Amino acid sequence: MFAQKFEYTAPKTLDEALHLLANGAKPLAGGMSLIPMMKLRLAAPEHLVDLRALKDLNYIREAGGQLHIGATASHYDIESSALLRQKCPLLTETAAAIGDVQVRNLGTIGGSVAHADPAADYPAALQALEAKFVLRSEKSERTLSAADLFVDALTTALQPGEILSEVIVPIDDTRTGTSYLKMAQPASGFAIVGVAARVRQNAGKISFVRIGVTGLSNRAYRATAAEKALEGKTGSAADIQSAAALVARGVDANSDLHASADYRKHLAVVHAARALKTALSRIA
Amino acid sequence: MATTTVKTETFVGKRIRRREDPRLITGTATYVEDIQMPGMHYAMILRSPHAAARIRSINTKPAEAAPGVVCVFTGKDTKGVGVVPCGVAMPDLRVPQHTILATDRVYFVGHPVAVVVARDRYLARDAADLIEVDYEVLPAVADPEKALAKGAPAVHPQWPDNIAFTYHQDGGNIDKAFAEADVVVKQRIVSQRLVPMAMETRGVVAEWRGADRQLNLYTSTQIPHLVRTLVAGMLGLEENRMRVIAPEVGGGFGSKLNVYAEEALMGFVSTRIQKPVKWIESRRENFTCTIHGRGHVDYYEVAAKRDGTILGIKLKLIQDVGAYHQLLTPLIPQLSVLMMPGIYNTQNIRADIVGVFTNCVPTDAYRGAGRPEATHGIERMVDVLAAELKMDPAEIRFKNFVTKDKFPYATATGLMYDSGDYAAPLRKALDLVGYVKLRLEQADLRKQRKYMGIGISTYGEICAIGPSPATPAGGWESATVKIDPTGKVTILTGTCPHGQGEETTFAQIAADELGVGLDDILVIRGDTAVVQYGIGTFGSRATAVGGTAVYYALQDLKAKIKKFGAMLLESDDVTLIGGQVVDNKTGKSTTLQEIARASYRALKLPPNTEPGLIATRFWEPPNFTFPFGAHIVVTDIDGETGQIKIRRYVAVDDCGNILNPLIVDGQVHGGVAQGLGQALWEQAVYDDDGQLTTGELMDYALPRAHLMPWIESHHTCTPSPVNPLGVKGVGEAGTIGCSPAVVNSVVDALAPLGVRHIDMPLTPEKIWKVLAAKH
Repeated sequence: MFAQKFEYTAPKTLDEALHLLANGAKPLAGGMSLIPMMKLRLAAPEHLVDLRALKDLNYIREAGGQLHIGATASHYDIESSALLRQKCPLLTETAAAIGDVQVRNLGTIGGSVAHADPAADYPAALQALEAKFVLRSEKSERTLSAADLFVDALTTALQPGEILSEVIVPIDDTRTGTSYLKMAQPASGFAIVGVAARVRQNAGKISFVRIGVTGLSNRAYRATAAEKALEGKTGSAADIQSAAALVARGVDANSDLHASADYRKHLAVVHAARALKTALSRIA
Repeated sequence: MATTTVKTETFVGKRIRRREDPRLITGTATYVEDIQMPGMHYAMILRSPHAAARIRSINTKPAEAAPGVVCVFTGKDTKGVGVVPCGVAMPDLRVPQHTILATDRVYFVGHPVAVVVARDRYLARDAADLIEVDYEVLPAVADPEKALAKGAPAVHPQWPDNIAFTYHQDGGNIDKAFAEADVVVKQRIVSQRLVPMAMETRGVVAEWRGADRQLNLYTSTQIPHLVRTLVAGMLGLEENRMRVIAPEVGGGFGSKLNVYAEEALMGFVSTRIQKPVKWIESRRENFTCTIHGRGHVDYYEVAAKRDGTILGIKLKLIQDVGAYHQLLTPLIPQLSVLMMPGIYNTQNIRADIVGVFTNCVPTDAYRGAGRPEATHGIERMVDVLAAELKMDPAEIRFKNFVTKDKFPYATATGLMYDSGDYAAPLRKALDLVGYVKLRLEQADLRKQRKYMGIGISTYGEICAIGPSPATPAGGWESATVKIDPTGKVTILTGTCPHGQGEETTFAQIAADELGVGLDDILVIRGDTAVVQYGIGTFGSRATAVGGTAVYYALQDLKAKIKKFGAMLLESDDVTLIGGQVVDNKTGKSTTLQEIARASYRALKLPPNTEPGLIATRFWEPPNFTFPFGAHIVVTDIDGETGQIKIRRYVAVDDCGNILNPLIVDGQVHGGVAQGLGQALWEQAVYDDDGQLTTGELMDYALPRAHLMPWIESHHTCTPSPVNPLGVKGVGEAGTIGCSPAVVNSVVDALAPLGVRHIDMPLTPEKIWKVLAAKH
């Protein structure tokens, strides 16, 4: 398992990194997926720019009523962030469900999101959170929604030379409850199916629902039909069940050694129902 | 010489921490990969991407011209090297020519085709891509039952039926047993292919020293001496000109109980380039080119009386051989047949084995080697029978156990069980788990349509392998114990511990026998130039056979120490105690150091006694040992997802006397982990084209620490009469006892749905499908 020859640069500043990336280098932001692909020679970048060395991309902070997470914040940083635990527990819960301790120590949110593995955990939560993503290149900066960022399996809207520099998530009020539930593929730890639920209650009625689903299809998505079905309801077991039943409808589900398409769809429904129930139970 | 009161501390039976662990856990141990030599070259092996293909041509020129490349060898160059040996002789065995590099055909994905040697391993890897092989891809067959079907592609064209061997064994009168039966239950049971997955992959450093006409071969193996004999033969070297060193070996589980093409290939390369060469197996190669385990399809029939008495067992065993026989491939299913009756009192058996060639990597010994498969079979069948007769699975077992007054017990398969009290561990496990209460809880849960299961496995196994007539290469073991002039003790063992902790347990034995401290003792293994010929570590044998050799060498040495002590004390009545020889009459004593010095200085010698303190014994075991036990697993099943949760895991193992409970715990835990791996997660899956679809750790689900249940490990103790230590062996108990307990538990949980059997691994989807079909 020997990678092809490549150059490696660990720049000190983001500008330097963006300059190198503009000239054809590829970003390395933890390497939990890229390095194994290189060792199997499924990827052979000629020049790697290691973003983890950049201090100015590793932060988790609150500003302007939102939470800003630098791309190189590790899963462990996120999992153990007191700020996130208090203000965006969905993200800490999701980070804690990723892979194993070693992966969480090395892997980063930016690397995971930009890699866009269809079974990665974050995208479900980030869809449910309607996260915003700051994309930067040497010459530009733009912000995309989750719906626009995740295009297809292993494909995002990122252009060559562009990196994901920041993830922005909202701060919910105390009437909001969240939950992320997954069935892990036992070898890889990735989600066979993972569902993130985010619900808000007002005067006994569910006023707001966001459901993000990962692992089921080519990319994480929001289950909007299920969201609509639950909004305005009281959140009874029957309400949840009939909403959850819609999460996989019309989805072209993945099928592999670990789970058939039918089973994945079934799991999506079960996990959606359970995540919604848990999220509701967490409303203060 | 002084008069002393001797205080002795003993070590056997105590939870002594492993003396080998500090170097292992601080990363300072030396594995093959850690060996550096001036002028080291690196080999990369080009392997077939096809499961079956004819090689039309190979063009190595572009690779030879690549930077840093010294040479490239193909099968044409290695024609003079002997074939990879199969160590098993059987009447109908078909043995394909297993050359170390493919010549005209490839037979499995990963089949070695060429080797690139370069000054740098990255350059070797790059150059391997430049070798042009023109393959004519042929139809492949990867499933043993499909391979047996008419019209299946022939793995080896000279044998169109794909049959590698057949083997038949009858015991008692099986036809009569089935004729007299009230009930016959039948079941097809699969023991899926598994990847042994030692943490350290294989690796070889070969160093040809031309001036000395000496080949040093460093290899990650469980059997250094056998590798020396066999690889020297393959290379046409005199055996005394070859030295095999197994440095630290990072796990084997049977996968390194073998002789591999790469060992001879690196020897060949080093003699050709006159330089040391290193090859380290990648994880990907480990998946596709190191032997797999299991690979059975078993058809069982059990005949019984209405009261649950088992009358006879029939087994048709289809063994997936793979493309070749490795060292012990055909032997493994024969071990299954030996274990067919389990620990039950039936004298009527019939077994038919058919070994089947497939376009897959060969199968061979993996932790338990034939015995987990057999135990899984009989333990599942006992539950199937219990369900048929509506009997409690514990009750039917008590009814059929060989009772403790029957030992030694001759089995229908030709074994002589040494000692046993099979009811004891089951009673203890039932008590520990709270069986009666659990059954009441289960009845309640069933009313709520909740699925909770209680699974019992009462296993026996064959350990301490074994008597030489019953083993392919001799089953004895050797030990040398020597004491230096300064009184320090060195043990040279012919076993090759690679995780089993004999550096500690052998020192415990010697410390107690000699009355010295553990720190006075060094245990050396794994170097054929240092250690007398030995067999190695496998088959739960190292302590029971190798430890016994150590014990007997110590007895010889003690006799000599006493002779020297008596001479120094001018006494004819002495005792060796606490590292001193004491005159029983006067109480005067002399220390081991004084005796050692005197024995080497040799100013005076006892009558008929040579100088020095050294003793070597080769111990031939008169029998195997037969450990046993009871594992009970309680599972809860998520009725919506099919996910299995293990609520309790109770293991009561009887491995005879226990030298070190800490090490025994470790062996049980590790064995259970691998048993759970087979029961719940692991499977080597080849697709119809012979591609291994679970060829990476991203897809092959090894047991992980966070997936382990709490293992409640307990014991009963029935010493073995076979060896003076009374030990039986425990290395494989966990894998053997575990998988049927898990499957029995899950099947028990789903019994209200009419479920009788589910094949491993019990993935959530499989369980969900069962649930979905029945609702």
